Amino acid sequence: MKLTNLLTSAAMALGLATTAMAADTKVGFVYVGPVGDGGWTYEHDQGRKAVVEEFGDAVETVYVENVPEGADAERVITQMALQGADLIFTTSFGYMDPTINVAKKFPKVKFEHATGYKQADNVSVYSARFYEGRAVQGHIAGQMTKTNTIGYIASFPIPEVIRGINSAYIHAKEVNPDIQFKIIWAYTWFDPAKEADAAKALIEQGADVILQHTDSTAPQAAAQAAGNVITFGQASDMSEYAPYPRVSSIIDDWAPYYVARTKAVMDGTWESVNTWHGIGDGMVGIGEISDAVPAEIKASALALKDKLADGSYHAFTGPLKKQDGSDWLADGETADDGTLAGMNFYVEGLDAEIPN
Amino acid sequence: MIKLEKRPMPSRTLSVATPLIAVAITMIAGGLLFSALGKNPFEAIRTIFWDPIFGEFAFYYRPQLLVKGAPLVLIAIGLSLGFKAGIWNIGAEGQYIIGSLCGAAVGLAFYPFDSFVVFPLMILAGALGGWAWAMIPALLKVKFGTNEILVSLMLVYVAEQLLASMSLGLLRNPEGHGFPGSRNFNDYPAGTSWINEAAGLHWGMVFAFIAVIFAYILLNRHILGFNIRLTGEAPRAARFSGVSPTRLILFCLGTSGALAGLAGLFEVSGPGGQVSIDFNVGYGFTAIIVAFLGRLHPVGILLAGLLMALTYIGGEIAQGNLGLPSAAIQVFQGMLLFFLLALDLLTNYRVRFAVKGAA
Repeated sequence: MKLTNLLTSAAMALGLATTAMAADTKVGFVYVGPVGDGGWTYEHDQGRKAVVEEFGDAVETVYVENVPEGADAERVITQMALQGADLIFTTSFGYMDPTINVAKKFPKVKFEHATGYKQADNVSVYSARFYEGRAVQGHIAGQMTKTNTIGYIASFPIPEVIRGINSAYIHAKEVNPDIQFKIIWAYTWFDPAKEADAAKALIEQGADVILQHTDSTAPQAAAQAAGNVITFGQASDMSEYAPYPRVSSIIDDWAPYYVARTKAVMDGTWESVNTWHGIGDGMVGIGEISDAVPAEIKASALALKDKLADGSYHAFTGPLKKQDGSDWLADGETADDGTLAGMNFYVEGLDAEIPN
Repeated sequence: MIKLEKRPMPSRTLSVATPLIAVAITMIAGGLLFSALGKNPFEAIRTIFWDPIFGEFAFYYRPQLLVKGAPLVLIAIGLSLGFKAGIWNIGAEGQYIIGSLCGAAVGLAFYPFDSFVVFPLMILAGALGGWAWAMIPALLKVKFGTNEILVSLMLVYVAEQLLASMSLGLLRNPEGHGFPGSRNFNDYPAGTSWINEAAGLHWGMVFAFIAVIFAYILLNRHILGFNIRLTGEAPRAARFSGVSPTRLILFCLGTSGALAGLAGLFEVSGPGGQVSIDFNVGYGFTAIIVAFLGRLHPVGILLAGLLMALTYIGGEIAQGNLGLPSAAIQVFQGMLLFFLLALDLLTNYRVRFAVKGAA
């Protein structure tokens, strides 16, 4: 940088920088992890980029990454609202109360909170039916395993994660009655070291398929090192581990939703809604099933995906019993969203306990 | 040839000046880092250091500086007592967690009982929780001579597991739809640490100021403070003059634990709002930096805590407004400690440019 440039920029910084380029609409994103996590936050940031691409200069997007849940989140959200954001996406469950608190103070700003349950006039909630993707995973996993043992790296014992375990188990059991699930709770969403340890422990216990509800690629690397273990990408495609060990993936695709909601704010048609989209609406994607999977398994997995997408099949369809043997869903009955949203029990057959 | 020569006495001037020089060098090195990332370095530095205090939205950020700084100061004051005496409590994060859990548990047990006694009881429980957690490394050191650095640090991870278990089990909000996390203290007036939430004032700030004053008096006017300093600077002399190392260890670890526990309690019942799995965000570790940045001096710690808070808040603004990655902000904060420690050398050593052979 030349000295004159340096001085000009210094002068700009001291005096003029407050007159930033004013786009009509400003959209803020609060991320719990780094944008380069390769999973959860990465996909939200892809959604943000889609907004930029769609609207160009008409929309300005800002984001803050690695924001701890709690007091810091409230400050970051407030800061975005103060700086003139019209729409703010808060992309982690722990931002729920902070989002609601800030929303009370800024009634004109629209908020969108991911995976929570507290709505307000200016706060929408949105989430994806990841359990539909888990069904496809379970379907493939149950047929691919030779040891009949599937390892599952779970994050936190919350309904979202329990739903995923149940869905994967039901559909693995359907194709392989001898299937067994081994579950390790990592108590983290993103911690490569812990996730790698969990994966290794599961492999040592005989698992030759690893499913993960944590966001790093560490389990993929651990499976690759073990050699004869397959995995599925989580949150993002993780295609750098394809075709083996990663044989498919669940992809969170927030882009269509983010674009639509931004459009609604620009048009003045934004309303508080509760969105729970699945494969059919494109919020949950199934990453390409690699050639490591035999053709007939691939075909039946894709058929299952299509049935989930067009609504002709629900991932939780009776007859299903709870783990304690009590009846849950009668033959042909499907689970209602309320039960699914608060799911705190395993289905029958799972040999594990939900930590409490 | 450059030589380092130990000073007979640490330089007082430099001891005060090095933190300021370190901040200045951090700004320069940070500016270079930011410009390497393609950002305007002056704007970045201004956003971090100026905007939170004097910018357009300073009315909001100023109290936030206290919110962010109060737990840092409270914990660092406690740590500094031990550090002065050569007793290294590295596990304040764990004591902070346990303090928050104990205090929150008492508050939640009373919910929704509305009385002015609830909050004082929570404060007591928070302090006791932190104290008790710190007593584990203290007693092990006194009885078996274990290393308090290792024991207190390992107990952080134990505390984190307890926190996760509590937010998923015992302290979980019964009306929380099965999601982890306790009730929110902001909805429980008798159990909140906010004095005035709109103004951003809570009791943790009051206690932080009180702690600064008490620590100052203790270190400068009280025999115990003298013994602490004596033990750190001349352990043999301290023993000869009859200072009991056992009592000192128990006192220093106990006090720092209690203060960390208090910080946790004020945070959980105010700005944090609830016991949740990721409640702790590293105040206990950052406070170690604050303690050293403040030269282990109560007033220095107060200023260092506010400076640290400023880099956090300014860093967030820089992320939001300038698109700086959060990793760059973390590097920036790391530089601060790095340069401070590097410059510390000058306090204790003199640089001599000697002609070869002449020395």
